[in-house]
Order: sequence, then C-alpha cells, then structure tokens
Amino acid sequence: MSDVLLRVENLRSGYGRIEVLHGISLEVREGELVSIVGANGAGKTTLLLTLSALVRTRAGSTTLDGARLSGLRPHAIVARGLIHVPEGRLILAQMSIEENLQLGAARTPAVQRRAAIDAMYARFPVLGERRALPAGSLSGGEQQMLAIARGLLAKPRLLLLDEPSMGLAPKLVDAIFSIIAEVRASGTAVLLVEQNARKALALADRAYVLERGRITLSGTGGELLHQPAVVEAYLGSHA
Amino acid sequence: MFDQQLANGIFLGAVYALFAVGYTLIFGVLDILNLAHSAIFMASSFVALALVGHGMPFWAAFLAATAFGGVLSVVLDRVAFAPLRARGVGGGALGPLISSIAFGIIVVSVVRGIFGPDEVGYPAGAVVSANLHIGHATFTAIDLSVLVISLLMMIMLSLLLKATSLGRAIRAVAENTKAASLLGIDVERTIGLTFLIAGALGAAAGILIGAQFNAVGILMGQRIELKGLAVIILGGMGSIPGAVLGGFLLGLLEVFSVAYLSSSYRDAIAFAVMFLILIVRPAGLLGKRAARTA
Ligand SMILES: Nc1ncnc2c1ncn2[C@@H]1O[C@H](COP(=O)(O)OP(=O)(O)O)[C@@H](O)[C@H]1O
Ligand SMILES: [Mg+2]
Repeated sequence: MSDVLLRVENLRSGYGRIEVLHGISLEVREGELVSIVGANGAGKTTLLLTLSALVRTRAGSTTLDGARLSGLRPHAIVARGLIHVPEGRLILAQMSIEENLQLGAARTPAVQRRAAIDAMYARFPVLGERRALPAGSLSGGEQQMLAIARGLLAKPRLLLLDEPSMGLAPKLVDAIFSIIAEVRASGTAVLLVEQNARKALALADRAYVLERGRITLSGTGGELLHQPAVVEAYLGSHA
Repeated sequence: MFDQQLANGIFLGAVYALFAVGYTLIFGVLDILNLAHSAIFMASSFVALALVGHGMPFWAAFLAATAFGGVLSVVLDRVAFAPLRARGVGGGALGPLISSIAFGIIVVSVVRGIFGPDEVGYPAGAVVSANLHIGHATFTAIDLSVLVISLLMMIMLSLLLKATSLGRAIRAVAENTKAASLLGIDVERTIGLTFLIAGALGAAAGILIGAQFNAVGILMGQRIELKGLAVIILGGMGSIPGAVLGGFLLGLLEVFSVAYLSSSYRDAIAFAVMFLILIVRPAGLLGKRAARTA
C-alpha cells in the first residue's frame, strides 16, 4: 500500500450550536484521486473548509505527510501544500487574471514565477489572451479554469476541489473533468467533491459516500459505481 | 488673487487628501469606518511638536512621529477591531464603529492630559518659512513641502498597492478575506500592515497641517474628522484616487468660498456643493460600488 498523504481521523466541526460533521475518518494516498459524493447539505463543503481551517475543528485530527494540520491557521495550511479550490470558485473578480495567478504563485521564488505563470497560459490559452482583464469578466467555465490554474500554481501536495463542474454546460463539464484527469496524471493527489457522482466515481481511484455528516460507504470508484445503494441514491437521475 | 487662492486651495487640499487616503484605505479593506483615524492624526502632530521642542530637527521629528502614528494605528486595530473580527463581527456592524470612537476618545484624553487643552505652535525657526513666488501667488517653503510630501506619499501608496506583493495581498483581503486565506495570505498580518500604513499617512497629514498653520491643538482631529468622512464619501468609499480628488476638491472649495463669498459660510458652502455632487453621483466621484442594495 502506498504512503498516506492526508489522514483525517474522527473529525467533528460545525457552525454555532449545530454540529455538521460527526466524526469523519478518511485518507488520501500519494498521487491518488479520491472523490467524495453525497447529497446537497451532507457536509462536503464543510469538510473541505474544516481541512483548510476556515471552519474550526472541534474534535479529531488532520495530518498531511504525518504533520499535524489541525490548529494551524489557514495560510499556514496552504504553506504546507494543502490547496483548496473552493465552491463558487472565489476568484478575485476585481483583480486581473494575471494578478489572480500572481497571488497563486506567491510562494514560488520570484525568478521562477514568470515562467510558471506563462506555462499556465500555454495550458489555458483563454486565460493568456485576457490576462490584463478583470477576472470577473470571464465566463463561469473560464473562472473555474482560472481557479484551478491558480491552485496549481501554489504547487499543491494535495488539491481540494469543491464542485468544480457546478453550473457549467455539459461540454465545459467534460473540459473540467479532463483537466482534473491531467492533474492526477501529473502525480498530484486530488480530493474531489462533486454533485456529478457518475463522472466523479468513474475518474476516482477511491471514493467515500458522505451522508448527513457521516461516511457511510467507501471503496474504489468502480465498486461504488456499481453498489445498488449508490446507484439508487446518487446515480439514478443520471442513468 | 485667483492664483493665490488656487495655490492656497491646493496646499490645503493636499493635506485633506493625505488624511482621507488613510481613512479610505481602512474602509476599502475592512468595510469599517475608523473613527479613531483623526485622533491618531492629532496625537502624532503633538508628538512631532514635542520632539522638535526637545531639539530634534523637524524632518527627523516628522519621520519619528509618522512611525508613531503607524504603530498607534496597529495598536488601535489589535485593541478595537481585531477582537470583534475574531468573533465574526465584520464590516457594516456598529460594534467596530463604537470601539473606534472609544479608542479615539481615550487617545484624545491622554493627549490632553500630557499636553494640555491649549493650541500651541512650533518654536521660532524650527520650521523653515522662507517665502516663495510662482506667478502671482506667494507661499512659504513649508506650504510647498507639504504639497510635495503629500503627493510623494500618495504616489508611493498607489505604487505599493499596484505593484508589490503586499499591495496585491491587501487588495485580495479587501475583495474577499476567505479567498485571500485560501491563497495562503496571512489575513491578520495583512490587516495589521494596512493599519500601519493608514496610520502613518494620517499621522503625516496631522504633522504637516500642524507645521503649515503653525498650530497644534487638541481639537484639530475633531475639525478634520467630518471633512475627511465627506471627502471619502465624495471620492467613492474605498477609492484611493477618489480620496485624493475629493481632498483637493474640498480644499479648493473652502478657499474659494472664503475668498469670493463669505468666510462665515465656508463649511456650509463646501458641504452644500459636496451634497449636490452626491445627488448626481450617489456612489461618489470614483466609486465603483453602486449604492448598496442590501
Ligand atoms: N455558514 C453556515 N452556517 C450555518 N450552517 C451552515 C453553514 N454552511 C453550511 N451550513 C449547514 O451545514 C450543512 C452542510 O452544508 P455543506 O457543507 O455546505 O453541504 P454540501 O457541501 O454537502 O452541500 C447544511 O445543513 C448547511 O445548511
Ligand atoms: Mg457544497
């Protein structure tokens, strides 16, 4: 079995008096693509926000490469290589595309930064063509590409993606999924949260099903894709 | 006459602009009105005066008291704003407004306790005051230095915001703190540095205006407080170029209404004109945000 990169043990968190995650345990190994599927409101976004310390951990622990993340502030977690591309993208709409990427590459030494950003422009030509424009002028799909490009520039050990295909037309959904496949092929571990369970499971090495704040099933992507319970709950409408 | 008034308006406007730039910077980043900005402006002016009184040359006192204002502003953030921020009380709430008023009142009280309630001037000869002439306008070397220093500081600020990684971080925090955190920006540190810069700018404005009018007094903060607020609203909340434009506009309006209309209506006329401008442009001259809908 290959090395565990991210280990989450008995994680609890929530908002105010409400506990949303009731003891989550999961792991992501080096180079693996792990998907989390679950209904709306199951706690997928809360899980990723808790990993990034934007929501406080109430109990349990998170380690990356064996080093404890719980207790660190968000910027310190980014510095360890846990890079989170959030739900809704959160691109900086008033800043230019170039500046968004500069911010992503902030921890790359200045001499290498230009080349790293230009490499992203080569990979996503739309971004290069509009580099000087405000990021808010991009379409939804382009903004998602910008958010992923910005995340990749931060040199992730593990990339967290929260619903990257949300709100996109089918053609763009395919484009985003092939970008995710490329990221995994380049050796970067990915933890992917998706509404589009069929595509997410098809791409995943392993997957977890999250239901009302608890992990209820786990297995390889292929296994879950054929589990009757999963098919009924999450794949029915796509069949 | 016109040349002279124009020059006077520009000199006055430069200081208003410098004061307002720091004020609007905090609003732009945190969405809060920092009502202690004017207390820092006033306190730093006293610190510069005291340092000159102890024999320090004016330029050195200017630098030291500007740094003092920056540090006091960081203390302000830690004491008045950071605790509320940590509890999730953000922009738009009244808590930060009240705590900044409280901090400002404490600063004013301490300054009054140390320096007394009277307006004081610089010792003779401490500030260079040679007369200069351009066209039909006569002004002093300190007038000109005030203008040059204010312009330099505002140019440095806009370069910092545009072209440095700190500037990018400040703008990222201003736009979305959550997104900034996920980009690895230390949000609290960035806010602290923003207060340092804003406080130093407000302090510099206070020191310069004290030297320009050769009068440093406990009420100088109160006098500029509402004007500064008017200037940043006029310029467009959070807009640095807007604050600069608004500052010069207010300086010119005040000087010209005294010269051509009546000194007793100076503030009334200046504020009436600003009011009219805001009717036409509710988001301010350079404001990007439309009037808030929700
Ligand atoms: N900021 C918040 N404050 C209070 N409750 C929240 C907040 N965000 C999410 N929740 C609640 O937490 C639960 C999980 O939400 P979320 O993690 O967004 O689910 P998912 O991403 O799986 O759709 C939901 O019941 C939601 O209403
Ligand atoms: Mg979600």
